[in-house]
Amino acid sequence: MMTLNLAVRNLLRNRRRSLGTLVAMSIGCAAILLFGGFSGNINYEMLTRIVQRGGHLQIQHRDFYLYGSGNPTAYGISDYTKILEAIQKDEVLQKMVVVVTPTLQFGGIAGNYAASVSRTVIGNGFVAADINKMRQWNDFGLRSKAPVSPLEGTSPDSAVVGIGVARVLQLCEALKIERCPKPEIGKTTDGAALPDDIAQLSVLETTGAAQNPATSSRMVEVLVVNSKGAPNVTSLEVIRAEDQGVKELDEIAVIMHLSKIQQLVYGKSPPKVTSIMIQLRHTDQIPAATARLTPILAAFSSTQPLAVQDLRTLNPFYVQSIQMFDTIFGFVFVLIGAIVLFTVSNTMNTAVVERTVEIGTLRAIGLRRAGIRRLFVTEGALLGVCGAVLGVVLSFAVSALVNSLDIPWIPPSTVEPVPLTILVAGETRMIVGTTLGLICIAIISAWWPAYRAAELKVVEALRHV
Amino acid sequence: MTEPVAEPPVPQGPVAVLTQVEKTYHLDSISVPVIRGVNILVRHACFTVLLGPSGSGKTTLLNMIGCIDKPDKGEIIVADRKVGEMTDDDLSDFRAKNIGFIFQNFNLLPVLSAYENIEYPMLLAGVSEKKRADRVPKLLEAVGLADRAKNLPGQLSGGQRQRVAIARALALKPKLVIADEPTANLDSQTGQAILSLMRHMVDRYQISFIFSSHDPEVIKSADDTIFLKDGLIQAIRRKGQGDAP
Repeated sequence: MMTLNLAVRNLLRNRRRSLGTLVAMSIGCAAILLFGGFSGNINYEMLTRIVQRGGHLQIQHRDFYLYGSGNPTAYGISDYTKILEAIQKDEVLQKMVVVVTPTLQFGGIAGNYAASVSRTVIGNGFVAADINKMRQWNDFGLRSKAPVSPLEGTSPDSAVVGIGVARVLQLCEALKIERCPKPEIGKTTDGAALPDDIAQLSVLETTGAAQNPATSSRMVEVLVVNSKGAPNVTSLEVIRAEDQGVKELDEIAVIMHLSKIQQLVYGKSPPKVTSIMIQLRHTDQIPAATARLTPILAAFSSTQPLAVQDLRTLNPFYVQSIQMFDTIFGFVFVLIGAIVLFTVSNTMNTAVVERTVEIGTLRAIGLRRAGIRRLFVTEGALLGVCGAVLGVVLSFAVSALVNSLDIPWIPPSTVEPVPLTILVAGETRMIVGTTLGLICIAIISAWWPAYRAAELKVVEALRHV
Repeated sequence: MTEPVAEPPVPQGPVAVLTQVEKTYHLDSISVPVIRGVNILVRHACFTVLLGPSGSGKTTLLNMIGCIDKPDKGEIIVADRKVGEMTDDDLSDFRAKNIGFIFQNFNLLPVLSAYENIEYPMLLAGVSEKKRADRVPKLLEAVGLADRAKNLPGQLSGGQRQRVAIARALALKPKLVIADEPTANLDSQTGQAILSLMRHMVDRYQISFIFSSHDPEVIKSADDTIFLKDGLIQAIRRKGQGDAP
């Protein structure tokens, strides 16, 4: 108590210097927390989108993850309805699971016959109602919301495609997609000869678009190889093009009703799916849910090897992004920590020089070396505590201000612009970690000057001018 | 029925004994002998003055008696303890309990009030709050600063600061108080008042005071006077005993 009292008074003695150190520390602390809050929000945004699209866990054929992209339907799960039923009936999983829904991935060719264009696609068949339910997941209370899938309530022949697919298949006009320029290629080939009369040409220009079936139709044909190896074709009405967030995916994505694609692939054979997506209430339930699923799946694994994949395995980009942000956060922390270290160290060194005679006096009247060390370390720790607390308050204020401005931006792997959000409040672990880290740095910074002060010879300290 | 017979007071031994003490300072390659084989005996409850010109070794000798410096040779015994055998922590504890310091520049802690400056050594020694609350006001009163208890050193005059320093030195009833030129930074009138106060404290608390000065006037107040020149004792004059070699 005596040491603390003396330390507080010593800090107040040179208010300007103490204030300067506190300002440097608090700005540093706030910078760390604001960056942490920003990257934390990106983490939540990405995680939420991933969970909304694919759930937390997916039950797949054991080899589907590694080899399924070549021929997805070859890795179908039979008796999937029984697996769904077993999961839905399990008392433990019932408390954790929000949605459990099947999906079938397929590879094929989509074409716009009227426009004479086609391209290879990778598609997914979903239960649309389940997909919309999954898109409501918002465990982190984000301000942005996922768009509702337009497939729900539509006819079985409806489909949604990626913007890139729509562009290549020349559906932009029919789907009213903005910023979708027509390709230059092909404009000068095999068309009819243009009239010589400029007036006649003008008439053709104004009426041509409306009469061009290639650009006004929303119908596409999808060719897939069925389970017996034979080609199968169906016509789909594209009701909307959706940005998939990643260009590579955007250029191949076709989303349709599960029943339709099952009919196309399996015909009259028992239908299969390539994945069963499971969305949990909370992400931290993944280990418990996985453990619970293992014995349930064992009952169905006699004829087909099944595996449970979590979202981290299924989304390596997410893991890499989070690792990258964690690394940047660590780098920022080390950088600011070094600044704090030198600032506090400089302050304490100056204090030691200024108070050398005082140190000699304290030692002369009976304070041990350890007492001197304790005094200066306490002063450093106090600077650390006050600087960190001020930094937390500052970060709360700045984050609240930024959040209130609703600045739009698009985080990685997100399609829609979302309001720029910095999550500091509620991030207890980050706040406590940063605060303790900076206090430790302040204490370490003060330790060396404190050691030097304690090692001063009493006589020399008293003689100091 | 006979009246109880009061025991005669036990004669107290010397507070400090220095035997063949030597001290040399090394400045780069130059060695400067400061104390050269000094023998001193500081008596109990006596007002001892170290008198000598600047550079005679007064402060060095006081530092060694005050256990904040060690001799290169010789032996120092303070309050019956051999100083040379103690560790740094032992010395700190020993100083806290047995030695009070009064400095030329007062050396009060600027962030503590007069009351707190006097209380501080007692806090270091773990004296209870009740005892502190009892003793500090008495000390303040004894040095005539009862009404200045809450003042910071910066709000006190030089003489008042030195009075606080005297009270602080006496806080733990030490056996010995070391005062290095305590009046050097004071005007002659205030210096005289401080000398009188210290003399009074010696008589009142039966504590040994040893202080340095180059002012021959202080001899009037002293019980013992040690004349020092070039690190050697020239003479020791004890009141009523004349000069000793």
